Order: sequence, then structure tokens, then C-alpha cells
Amino acid sequence: MATEEMEKLVRREYTQGFVTDIESDTVPPGLDESVIAFISQKKGEPEWMLEWRLDAYRQWLKMKEPSWAHLNYPPIDYQAISYYSAPKKPEDRPQSLDEVDPKLLETYEKLGIPLHERAALAGVAVDAVFDSVSVTTTFKEKLAEAGVIFCSISEAMRDYPELVKQYLGSVVPKGDNFFAALNSAVFTDGSFVYVPEGVTCPMELSTYFRINAANTGQFERTLIICDKQAQVSYLEGCTAPMRDENQLHAAVVELVALEDAYIKYSTVQNWYPGDEQGRGGIYNFVTKRADCRGDRSKVSWTQVETGSAITWKYPSCVLRGKDSVGEFYSVAVTNGRQQADTGTKMIHIGEGTKSTIVSKGIAAGNSDQAYRGLVKIGPRAKGARNFTQCDSLLIGDRCGAHTFPYQEIGNSSATVEHEATTSKIGEDQLFYCRQRGISEEDAVNMIVNGFCKDVFQELPMEFAVEAEALLNVTLEGAVG
Amino acid sequence: MLEVKDLHVSVEGKEILKGLNLTINPGEVHAIMGPNGAGKSTLSAVIAGNEGYEVTSGTITFEGQDVLEMEIEERAQAGLLLGFQYPVEIPGVKNVYLLKAALNAQREARGEGEIPAPEFMKLVREKLAFMKMDNSFLQRAVNEGFSGGEKKRNEILQMLVLQPKLAMLDEIDSGLDIDAMKVVAEGVNSLRSAERAILMVTHYQRLLDYIEPDYVHVLVDGRIVKSGDKDLALELESRGYEWVTEESAA
Repeated sequence: MATEEMEKLVRREYTQGFVTDIESDTVPPGLDESVIAFISQKKGEPEWMLEWRLDAYRQWLKMKEPSWAHLNYPPIDYQAISYYSAPKKPEDRPQSLDEVDPKLLETYEKLGIPLHERAALAGVAVDAVFDSVSVTTTFKEKLAEAGVIFCSISEAMRDYPELVKQYLGSVVPKGDNFFAALNSAVFTDGSFVYVPEGVTCPMELSTYFRINAANTGQFERTLIICDKQAQVSYLEGCTAPMRDENQLHAAVVELVALEDAYIKYSTVQNWYPGDEQGRGGIYNFVTKRADCRGDRSKVSWTQVETGSAITWKYPSCVLRGKDSVGEFYSVAVTNGRQQADTGTKMIHIGEGTKSTIVSKGIAAGNSDQAYRGLVKIGPRAKGARNFTQCDSLLIGDRCGAHTFPYQEIGNSSATVEHEATTSKIGEDQLFYCRQRGISEEDAVNMIVNGFCKDVFQELPMEFAVEAEALLNVTLEGAVG
Repeated sequence: MLEVKDLHVSVEGKEILKGLNLTINPGEVHAIMGPNGAGKSTLSAVIAGNEGYEVTSGTITFEGQDVLEMEIEERAQAGLLLGFQYPVEIPGVKNVYLLKAALNAQREARGEGEIPAPEFMKLVREKLAFMKMDNSFLQRAVNEGFSGGEKKRNEILQMLVLQPKLAMLDEIDSGLDIDAMKVVAEGVNSLRSAERAILMVTHYQRLLDYIEPDYVHVLVDGRIVKSGDKDLALELESRGYEWVTEESAA
């Protein structure tokens, strides 16, 4: 009896320590080891995972937030953030589209998003009627047939612990950087993909199919492993603007490509950029890295960044395998008061490694953006090649674009080419188009889309069409 | 159709046009000639709406509408189209895309719907053949990497597709060899009709051998100092511009 009483008391202490209200499934703001233990417990994780998280947290405590980026934002109070909240219950969400911000709906309309998807994107409680349920089921069956594993990382930890243990943190170590360490300590969900040897994934994998299943969290963790001779194309994000009450986002994405594997990772990022003054927008601090571990492996990053108030993001490739290939194609658009510091790192380690970087930056309004790229060629990377092209386009005279290319060449047999241009959207181009009868806004869209063509053609077809529409919506009101 | 009255235009404080008058009726072909720096290109640029020029006084009306009150695209939609001396390059934008967007914008302004794709392609292919241009032109980026002759042909191709009421051609002959000139001239001549007018700006009489004007105007120091028929152009060719200048000063 006495023991039972004791246990009850301890449990109460425990619960009080971690949650104010058990029903709400939310921890109060603040971060310490007990919060991490709470998250790990909520996720039903194995013991080693908790240790892994705690180790990351202890490293994070000793780290300083990076300040080298060309970004300006008020200091973030990490103790004012709540690090765990379960997905909202249906009764707490908008019950119909009538309760959703009409401006958001207007944007969905412009992007041509089907009605039933609009509701889901706006967070309306429609899970039961969302007709992608059947789609998702057939989708899962097809993948299972091919032997491809595609699930949330929490499920993977339970069902495929060996794979997770082997690869998690093997590309982006726990203590890699301030935001990666924070993510490692507190990540709540994300995707896990494993494509077995020799398998070409029969369809493009998209987080879109998981929108309703799991609330894409504030600290997402994605791990994709492509075994020997396997191939996969993965689409992250969604062209529709996503609202989120969490202002700080710090995701980590790890890609592993073994011998002759090919991973194509495409992102369309359209988080809420804030109001006209930039208030309330998402801060997006992302660490994305690919490890081309096997010979002749290839990873291609394609990103279209249009959202967020602050973007800090450098999808990178570590080209370890002989003759491995890394590619980075990026379009970053900033308008209003958005700020973006983005680019890539290509680390050539293996012999005969090749990388290509094509970055297109478009700044409008009062926005500011920077391209930051590192090409590092190690002493053993004989005959390595890099081609970099980064172009910036300015719309109006209150925005800024900056380029910070870094090159570290460790052997003389490497070939590194770099081209960069910055131009203002030409008055003469605008005049030419308008003199053909095309409105100023359409002319700007046409010129900007033309500017981005090299990158858009790398996107999967459906994404490319949406990306163009998205660009037009983002730049609305940029001129005149 | 077009009425320019006492037009004064400045660029960065310097007066270029100093009281220009010009009337153009449907079916007419006018040529503006004159020495370098006389303001020939300024006139067509101002009518088209180029914002680099400041109209300090005077009026321009087109079919009763006040042109100076219209946006650039509204002027084009009303049928005022300019063939550029230096056509602009737009990287990544396919020629066919610009043509279609322009045609549909003009149709929309007239209250017509978008042109059906097969009809559009048929129209464009026909005009391309007329301009002796290869179909691959459509897939190339607007003017990017085009030779001088290709650029000018492309300008005329746009005219043939868009069918303006008043086609303005700014030094359309500059940088053309004789074969290209013939193709361009044929294109322009095919535009001639009782409802349409053409305004050519040129430095050389050569073009007028191929596109015969109804009227020739000599523009000197911001004003039209002499008007005549095509014989005036021949006279200018043999005697130069100086005698006109002297005559007008006298």
C-alpha cells in the first residue's frame, strides 16, 4: 500500500514537472532535460534515443547561436518556446472554410488548389471526408510491393530501429551546429525513407500524403537512405501557404546515397512570411545535408524558397564516393520584409567528383537576400569539377542581394568555374513586353519566370507548374 | 487616326521635340527622315509610351483618345505598336510564349476570349513562313542570341500576328543586309491596308525603295520642316539634309 501511495505521489510530481494540463498534451514553455525526457516518452522511444537526445542537448547548451548570416532579427528566447504540442483536436480546429482567413483562401484560389485540399491545408477538421484516404492506401500498397519504406520517423524508430540507429546523425552529427543540435534534442517528427538495393521507387514520394496523418512539426527530422543502385525522388513541402503558430522552425534533413544510388530531393517552401511589417512570420533555420557515400552516387537538391520571414538554409553535398555527383538548383524569392541567407556547400572528397550549383535569387519590396556558397576540394579529390552560376534579380530599389562565394581548393587538378550576375529587372524589358499589350504585372512574372527557367526545369513536372504560379503570387504588388 | 499637335518633349531637361505636328489617316504610309539627333526616334518612343521622355506640352490623340493619358499596354491594346530599333532580349522566355501572351492580352482588352491553341499555332506558323523564319524560332528565348537581321524579322513577325492599327517602325532597316531588308519590307508591305497606317522612322532612303511611302517628312531640330511625297526622299538622298535646314531657317 505504502509503495503504491509513493508511486502515485512520484507520478504526480513527475507529471506536474512536465505538464500543466495532461489533457492538452502540451509542455509549458522552456527547455531542460525533463522536457526532452517527456518528448521521448510521448513518442515511446527506446532508451538509446533518449540518451542521444540528451547528448545533443548538452552539446547545444555549450553552443552559441550563429551570427555570421546576413540576417537581422530580434534575439530568440529559447526558454519562451513550447517544445511539444500534440496535433490539435478536431474540435479545436476551424469547423469549415467559413472560419478561415479569407486572404488565405484567396491565395489557394489563385494557386488553383482543389477545394477539398484547401480545407485540409487551412487546417479545417475534415479528416473523415478528405478523399485522399483511398489515394494514400493504394500508394502505401504500391510502395510495400517494391519494398520501399516510407513512414514517419517515430514509426521508423519503433519498426526499423536498426536502420535508424545506423544512419540517424551520420550525415548531420548531433553537435553539427546550433540549430541542428537543438533539433536533435527536441525533434518531434518527420519522414523516414529507405529504398532497398536495386530498387527504383515506383512513384515520387511526397510529404503531402502525410499532411493529415501527422502535423508537420516545428522541429522536423527527415532521414532518407538510398541503398546501392536504388533511386528515389522526394518532394518536400507544398506550394500552398502554410500557417503555423510556431514561429521558430529548425529542421534537419539527412540523405545517404550508397553506391550508384540517386536521390532527387525537391522542396517548395512557402511558410507564412509575416504581415507587411514582417510581424509573425516563420523563422526557418534548416540544416540539410547529403552524404554521397558510395562511388558514382548522385544527389540533386532543387529548392524553391518563397516563404518565411527569415530563411537560413544551405542544402549541401559531401561527395565522398569516387565519381559521385552533387547538384544544387535554387530559386529564392523575397518580397515585403523577408530575409533569406541561403546557398549550398559542395565538399569534394573523392576522386573525380562533380558538382553543379545554379542559384537564382529574386528580391523585391524591402527584402534582403544573400547567396552563400562553399566549394571545397580536398587533397584526394583528383580531377574534381565544380560549376557555379548564381544570378540575382532586383525588382525596385529598396531591396538587396548579396553573394558570398567561398572556394577552398586543395589540389591542382581540380576545375572550378564561377559565374555571377546581379541585374535590376530591366525597364527596357518591361517596356518591351508592355508595348506588346501585356500588363506590367504579367510582364514582371514573365521576366522572372524566364530568369528562373534553368531551375524550374529541374523540378518534377507538377511541381514546376505550381512553382510558377507560386512565384507570381509571391511577387504580387512588387511593382507599381 | 493619329493627331500630334505642337508636341514638346524633353529628356533630362534637354528639349528634343520642339512643337511637332503630324496627322496620319488610315491607309497611309508615312516616313520620317532627318539627320542624326533630330528627334526621329523620340517621336515613336513617346507615342508608344516610353517613360524616359517627358512631354512638356502638346497633345497626341489616337482615334479620339488622349494617348498621353493611357498606360503603355493600353496604347498597344488600342492598336499602337512599335517595332524597336534595338529589340530587347528576355532570357528564358520563349518567343511563342511572348507572342501568345501579347495576342491574348490584346484580345482580352477587346472583349474577345483567348485564342484557341490550334488556331494560334496555325496563325503563327503561317506568319513565320511568310517571314522566312524557321519554326525553331518559337522555342528560342525572346531575341536572345538573335542576329541583327533575326531580331528585326522577329519584330515584323509580331506585327503580323498582332495586326496593329498603326504600325510604327523605328529604324527597322538598320543593320540589315539586302536580303534581310527585302524580307522585312515584304512583311511590312503585307501590312498595308485601307484601315491600317504605317509610320516609319529611317535615316536612309534605301528602305523607301522597298516600302513606298505616301508622305515623307523631314525632321530637323525637333520640328517637321518639310513634307512631301516619295520624291522628297530621293532629293534628300542626292542633296543631303543641309539644304532643307537652310531653307527652313530662311
